[in-house]
Amino acid sequence: MPLADPYLLPMAALLTAIGVTEIYRLGPSNAFRQALWIVIGVAAFAATLFWLHKDYRALERYKYVFGVTAIGLLFLPALPGIGETINGSRLWIHFGSLQFQPGELGKIALIVFLAAYLREKREVLAQGRLKDWGPLLVIWGGAMLVLFATNDLGSALLYYGIFLAMLYVATARISFVAAALGLFVIGSFGLSYLTPHVQDRVTNWLSPWSTHTIYCPLSGHPALRQDCQSYQLVQSLYSLGHGGFGGTGLGHGIFTSTGGRQVIPDLNTDFIYSALAQELGLVGVAAVLLLYMGFVLRGFRIALTASDGFSKLLAAGLSFGFAFQTFVIVGGITRVIPLTGITLPFVSYGGSSVVANFLLVAGLMLISHRANRQQAGA
Amino acid sequence: MNKQLLHVSVVALVLLAVLIVSTTYWQTWAVGDLADRQDNAIALVARLTVDRGKILGAGGTVLATNRRHRKHGLTIFTRRYTAADIAPQVIGYSTTAGTTTGLEQSLDDYLTGANTNLTNTFKDTLNKLGDQTVHGDNVILTLRPALQALALQQLAGRCGAVVALNAKTGAIYAMASSPTYNANLIEQPNGFAKIGRIKGACGDASALVNNATAGLYPPGSTFKMVTAAAALDSGAYTPSSTFFDPGYCVEYGQHVSNAGNPDQNGPETYGNVTLAQGFEHSINSVFCNVGKHIGGEEILKYAKRFGFYSVPPLDTPPSASLASGLYKNGKLFDPKNESQIDPGRLAFGQFSMLSTPLQMAMVGATIANGGEEAQPYLVDRIVASDGSLVSRTTPHMLGRPIKPQTAAELNQMMQLVVQGGTGTTAQIPGVLVAGKTGTAETGVAGVYDAWFVCFAPANNPRFVVAVQVEKQLNGFGASVSAPIAKAILEKLLGR
Repeated sequence: MPLADPYLLPMAALLTAIGVTEIYRLGPSNAFRQALWIVIGVAAFAATLFWLHKDYRALERYKYVFGVTAIGLLFLPALPGIGETINGSRLWIHFGSLQFQPGELGKIALIVFLAAYLREKREVLAQGRLKDWGPLLVIWGGAMLVLFATNDLGSALLYYGIFLAMLYVATARISFVAAALGLFVIGSFGLSYLTPHVQDRVTNWLSPWSTHTIYCPLSGHPALRQDCQSYQLVQSLYSLGHGGFGGTGLGHGIFTSTGGRQVIPDLNTDFIYSALAQELGLVGVAAVLLLYMGFVLRGFRIALTASDGFSKLLAAGLSFGFAFQTFVIVGGITRVIPLTGITLPFVSYGGSSVVANFLLVAGLMLISHRANRQQAGA
Repeated sequence: MNKQLLHVSVVALVLLAVLIVSTTYWQTWAVGDLADRQDNAIALVARLTVDRGKILGAGGTVLATNRRHRKHGLTIFTRRYTAADIAPQVIGYSTTAGTTTGLEQSLDDYLTGANTNLTNTFKDTLNKLGDQTVHGDNVILTLRPALQALALQQLAGRCGAVVALNAKTGAIYAMASSPTYNANLIEQPNGFAKIGRIKGACGDASALVNNATAGLYPPGSTFKMVTAAAALDSGAYTPSSTFFDPGYCVEYGQHVSNAGNPDQNGPETYGNVTLAQGFEHSINSVFCNVGKHIGGEEILKYAKRFGFYSVPPLDTPPSASLASGLYKNGKLFDPKNESQIDPGRLAFGQFSMLSTPLQMAMVGATIANGGEEAQPYLVDRIVASDGSLVSRTTPHMLGRPIKPQTAAELNQMMQLVVQGGTGTTAQIPGVLVAGKTGTAETGVAGVYDAWFVCFAPANNPRFVVAVQVEKQLNGFGASVSAPIAKAILEKLLGR
C-alpha cells in the first residue's frame, strides 16, 4: 500500500499506545490481554489489506451478506443462553469464559452494507417515492428493536447516526435526515415508556444530583441519585475535576477509595476517558481529542478524493462512525448528551473494539491507496 | 456528493470540538464546585494524601500530628492526637471520612495547604510533578498545654469550663471544657457511642461541646460587673453612692431577698452601704435597686457593648459558639421595651440571662484592660512546612464598651471583693487580685452554678481567668470556682 494515507496508521498507533499505557496503569494484567488483542487486531488489519489489495470494491457484491451479518451481530446478545446483561444492557456475548461485544464488528458490517446499498439506490431514494422508503423504515425499526431488546442505547444511537450521515451523503436530501431524526426521537420517547432504562439515562443526564432520597433499584433502599443511579457519571465528573488543567500526572490519579474499592466502575472500558482526563488533565485529553479530529479529517479527505460512489460512502461512513462513537461516549461522560456505554475507539480496553477499529483503519487505507493511485495515474 | 461530504465532515468535526469545550468546562470552570461536593469519593481520598499540618501548643508541644500509611498504592495520612483529651473541643477532629470540627474545620485550608496564594499553588504544582507529598501548614496556638491540663485537673470531672486569656491582646492561654474526651476515640469502632456515654459529674453534659463557647449558664452575680459598669459609666452612680439594705428589694410589690446568711436564718442584711460595698459583698438588694433605677434596657445596652447578643469572634467555627443574652424558650430574646424585662433580677444576673464562660471572661478582660475590649484568639501563627511564616495574629481591639474611668473604678471594686468581700479565697500573697464571684440559682434548691471571674496583677492587669462549674450542691463561686481560678492565676504568674 505505498500510496495509502501516511497519517492514519501513526495516529491510530498513538491512540492505541495511549490506551494501553492507561490500561496498564489501571491494571497490568488487563494490559497484557489488551496487547494480545492488539496483535490480533494488527493481524486482522494486515489480512484485510492483503485479501482486498486488488480491489476492495468486490465487497459491494456481498452487500446483503454484510447487512444480515450486521443485524445478526446486533441481535446476538439478545439471544438467551449466550447473551449477558451488564449494567442493564445486553451487549455482551460469552462463550465459556470468552466475552465478546459483537456490536463493534456489526458497526463495520453495517457501514459496508449501507455504502453498497445506498450507492445502488441513491437516485431512486432521492426521488422520494413512498415505496422506496421501505428499506429505510426497516433500518429505523431495526434500531428501535435493538434498543428495545438489548437496552443498548449507545449502539442504537451510533448505528442510527451512521445511517443518517450516509443517507445524507447519498441523497443530498436534508429533509430525509430531518424526518429520520424526528422518527428516532419519537421512537425513543415511545420506548422510554416501555423500558425504564432509557428514561433513567435521561433523568441521570438532566439532574445527576438529587437533594432528596429516591428509590434505588440497585440496593432496594431510598438513596440520593448521585449515590445510586448516577453514581458512575458523577464520580467520573469528579475524576475530571480532580485532574483539572494539568492533571495529576500519569500514575498519580486517584481511582480507588481508601478501602481499596474502585471508585468508577468500567474505568478501563467505557470510562477510560475519565481516567485519562484525571491523569493527563485538560491539556492531555484535549491533545487526544485533537488526534481524533486529525484522524477524522484524514478520513473525510479520503472520501473526497475517492472517485466512485461506493468508496466515497464507505470512507464517509467509517470516518463519521469513528467521530460519532467518540462523541457518544465522551459526550456522555461530559454531560453533553445522556450517558450510554460504548467504547472509546483505540483507547478503551476490549478485544472486539480493538479488532473492529483496526479493520476500520484498513478500510480507509485501502480506499486512500486506490484514490491516490488513480490520481497519480490520471 | 462532495458538497454533502463536506457538510458531514464539518458536523463530525464540530461534534469533536464540542467535546473539547465540554471537557474544558469540567476541568477548569467547574473544578471548585465539584471538589466541594459531599459525595466526591476522589476528593475524599485526595484529602488523605496530603500531609496535614500539625497543630502545636504555645510552647511547641505537638497536639495533632499524622500517621503515614501505605494503602493500595497510595500514601495516606491519618490524624493522630497527642495529649488528646486536653483540648479536643477546641482543636476538634479530622476523620478519614472527611468530617472536621473545631480548628481542624476552620483552619482546614491552611492545614491541607489549599489556602490560595500564588507561591503555594506554584509549590503544590511542583510537588505534584515531582511526586512529592503536599505538606499542609502547621498551626501554633496560643493555648498552653500545661495550663490546659491544670485547668482540667482542677475541674476534676465536674461539668464546667475555664477560660484564661491575656487582657491586653486577647490571646487565649487556656480554654478547657469538662467533661472531656480522647479525640483519638473518634476513629475507633463505636468511638462516638463511647464518647456519648461520658456525662461528667453533672450527669447530662456532652463531652463534644465546648462549654467555654457554647455552654450557656445563668451568670449570677458575675453579671453585676455589667450592671455596675452601666451604673457607673452612664453617670447615674458613683462607687460611693449610698443605699439602705433591709435584706431585700421590693419589685412588683414583692420582696426579692438577698442571698441566705449562713449565720442566721433568713437573708443577709447590711443596712447602710455604698455601691462599692454592695459589689464587694455582692448584695442583691443594692443591684436590684440599681436595676430598677437605670432600667433593664440600659443594662442590656451595656451588655451588648461587651458583646452579648452576638457570637464572639473566634478562630473556631462560628457554629461552635453561642451568643450570650436573655433566652426565652431556648431562643435568644431581645426585649422590645422595658415592660418585657425584670430589671431588678436582671441586675444580679438572673431573669433568663444566660452567658458563656468566654463572654464573662471578655467582660473581665475589658475591665482589666482599662475599658478597651480585645478580640480573643487561639491561633498565634501559621507556619509553612518549610518553616516560613504564613500569618501571625496581631491583636485586634473590638471596641471600647466603657470609659477608662469606669474601668478603673470597677477594677478597684473587684479588688475589694478579693481583699475582704466574697472572693477572699482567690487571694495570692504578694499579688493584687481583682475578681467577682457568682453563685447562680439553677432552679433546684441548694444546687448552684459557681462562677469566678478575675484578673491579676490588678495594678497592671495581664491575665484574666473565668471559671464556671455547673450544678454544685451547696457550692458557691467563692468555695468552688475561686480556688480554681487562683491555681490558674498562680501558674500564669509563675508562682
